[in-house]
Amino acid sequence: MWRFIAHRVVYTALTLAAVSLVSFLIIQLPPGDFLTSLAGKMAEQGGDLDSASLAGLKARYGLDQPWYIQYWRWITGILLHGDFGQSFEWNKPVSELLWDRMGMTLLLSLVTLIVTWMLALPIGIYSAVRRYSLLDYVVTFLGFIGLAIPSFLLSLALMYILSRYAGMSVGGLFSPAYVNAPWSWAKLVDLAAHLWLPVLILSTSGTAALIRVMRANLIDELHKPYVQTARANGLGEMELLFKYPVRVALNPFVSTIGWVLPHLFSGAVIVSVVLSLPTAGPLLLSALLAQDMYLAGSFILILSALTVIGTLLSDLLLAWLDPRVRYQ
Amino acid sequence: MTDATATGGLSPPRRKLVELGQWGLIYRRFRKHKLAYWSGFIVLAIYAVALFAEFVAPYSSDRYNPRYIYSPPQMLKMFGRDQNGDLALLYVNGYKVELDPVALQRRFVIDESRVYPVGFFVKGEPYHLFGLIPAERHLIGPVDPDAPMYLWGTDRLGRDLLSRTIHGTRISMSIGLVGVTISLVLGILLGGISGYYGGWADQAVQRTIDFLKSIPTIPLWMGLAAAIPDRMDPLLVYFWITVILSLIGWTDLARVVRGRFLSLKTEDFVMAARLDGCSRQRVIWHHMVPSFTSHIVASVTLAIPAMILAETSLSFLGIGLKPPVVSWGVLLKDAQSLLALTQAPWLFLPGIPVVVAVLALNFLGDGIRDAADPYS
Repeated sequence: MWRFIAHRVVYTALTLAAVSLVSFLIIQLPPGDFLTSLAGKMAEQGGDLDSASLAGLKARYGLDQPWYIQYWRWITGILLHGDFGQSFEWNKPVSELLWDRMGMTLLLSLVTLIVTWMLALPIGIYSAVRRYSLLDYVVTFLGFIGLAIPSFLLSLALMYILSRYAGMSVGGLFSPAYVNAPWSWAKLVDLAAHLWLPVLILSTSGTAALIRVMRANLIDELHKPYVQTARANGLGEMELLFKYPVRVALNPFVSTIGWVLPHLFSGAVIVSVVLSLPTAGPLLLSALLAQDMYLAGSFILILSALTVIGTLLSDLLLAWLDPRVRYQ
Repeated sequence: MTDATATGGLSPPRRKLVELGQWGLIYRRFRKHKLAYWSGFIVLAIYAVALFAEFVAPYSSDRYNPRYIYSPPQMLKMFGRDQNGDLALLYVNGYKVELDPVALQRRFVIDESRVYPVGFFVKGEPYHLFGLIPAERHLIGPVDPDAPMYLWGTDRLGRDLLSRTIHGTRISMSIGLVGVTISLVLGILLGGISGYYGGWADQAVQRTIDFLKSIPTIPLWMGLAAAIPDRMDPLLVYFWITVILSLIGWTDLARVVRGRFLSLKTEDFVMAARLDGCSRQRVIWHHMVPSFTSHIVASVTLAIPAMILAETSLSFLGIGLKPPVVSWGVLLKDAQSLLALTQAPWLFLPGIPVVVAVLALNFLGDGIRDAADPYS
């Protein structure tokens, strides 16, 4: 077991290093850097950035250095001082903008994950046990629809329906009165009142996928000899179901965290843009469009790092649950 | 001769089954999967629309009419009388302008008193089919080319949404095909190397796949797509977007190919071919590849809808394809603001083909996957 853990941790560290390099390369990709677009903006407004101050800014941000030195400065700054660089667009340190947004993204994703499980587990079990029943067909059909509708379309449609027919104002995670208020019970209630819509949208496709996995797995298990044996020994149908086959079929719930997390973060980005939630999504989009490279790169880095760490946790959890995994 | 003796004792239908080749068996199985079978026809129909977009669409994608901005969709009705009292088999109503008393805005509403006959194969805007053959007939359109016929309504410039959606089919559906082709080449090459040679090559490819899979796709795509310069030629943008989408897409295909290679490597017929002195190339291309082509076809079919959804999402965010290119995602970008939606909910309509295409391709892929192994 310790060997397995050590192996996974080393591998995760290597992946994290690669992720940071890719994040940095992505922000280096656009032709020119932030200063070119800044100079362009200044020229548009009639002002002019003289070459002396341009060179001064370049030296200050290390933009005149080759890319690997820039990368080294960037990554050591993050690791040693928690300094993610400066957001040119907001004129603030990136770390000030980052953590609030990431916290909300994490909250949204975790709540969605829990809701996805709470929905998919009972529905999956039901449609496996009562295969080809009416509800099974309904769920399977809804599952396909859930997989086929892009999340942004679903958010737009729900937003339209809610504002048109229920007269609700949707979008955001807080009512205007609470946006800048300190945390309190009332603010938490307000958050819950706003959170359900994005959670519902985000969990749709995940739930649909997980129901299919759960259903298929449980159907496989239900016909295995050990189930017959238990039944022949007179175990009650409910007790039998939850004590053996369901436990075996649960494996995918843990093992899919690895790919559910990237999927969830991806979906959260788009849904947040549509519903203008104060998560990483809208800020990442605007940072990319404005070539605010340190901000955009930090978001991509943190989102990827969280996914990689989440995968590690799910791997360890799975190894703890299912000894067979450790010896592969 | 041996065939005849082997199947001689069987009744004709059984005999036919035995004589069928692998693809015949796969098709037989696939036919039984009703949902997949009919989805196949829908997919074909969508690609036909993409191919003949100029003919199917009533108008070109950029024809605008400032007199009909944000006009609502019309119903296609039957049996009406036009101004001269002539019978119109198919017709649409005209529009009239109404002043919204609350918002104090001009708004178009359907005017039941006006009747514009509509016909099939009518003469309309001239176009070049496939960019070559000059033509001016359209599948459906108003008999009088200047009459307003907007079955899906119009957008903020008075462009016909139905025509634009039909023209968008070409880009949206082909981006899936092109992207999957790139993914397929990469996937077969790398998955094949990984599965056939094993060892450190396998390790390297597997770790690369694990790594690519661990990055959240949308932020990665966004980062890469945002790097495409604004002023680039639309065709090049299209190419780069497909390359970016394939960057993740090849991983799934590589896994399928690798898994197949690994399981086939120990099969008797592969061993027999090798012992017969076949070259490595011959073993791969003549013995192994044909036996998993059907699995590849299934994976490819299931990969296309993911690509379509990805393109649509990126274009919707404004960092994928951009106007004047017309794709479903570009059209849906107009539906982004709630304000536009409450005024013109029909801007949602391009979402319908997205959902239909993705569903049909998913069902089709599922059906092929189930039929892919006819001997099981």
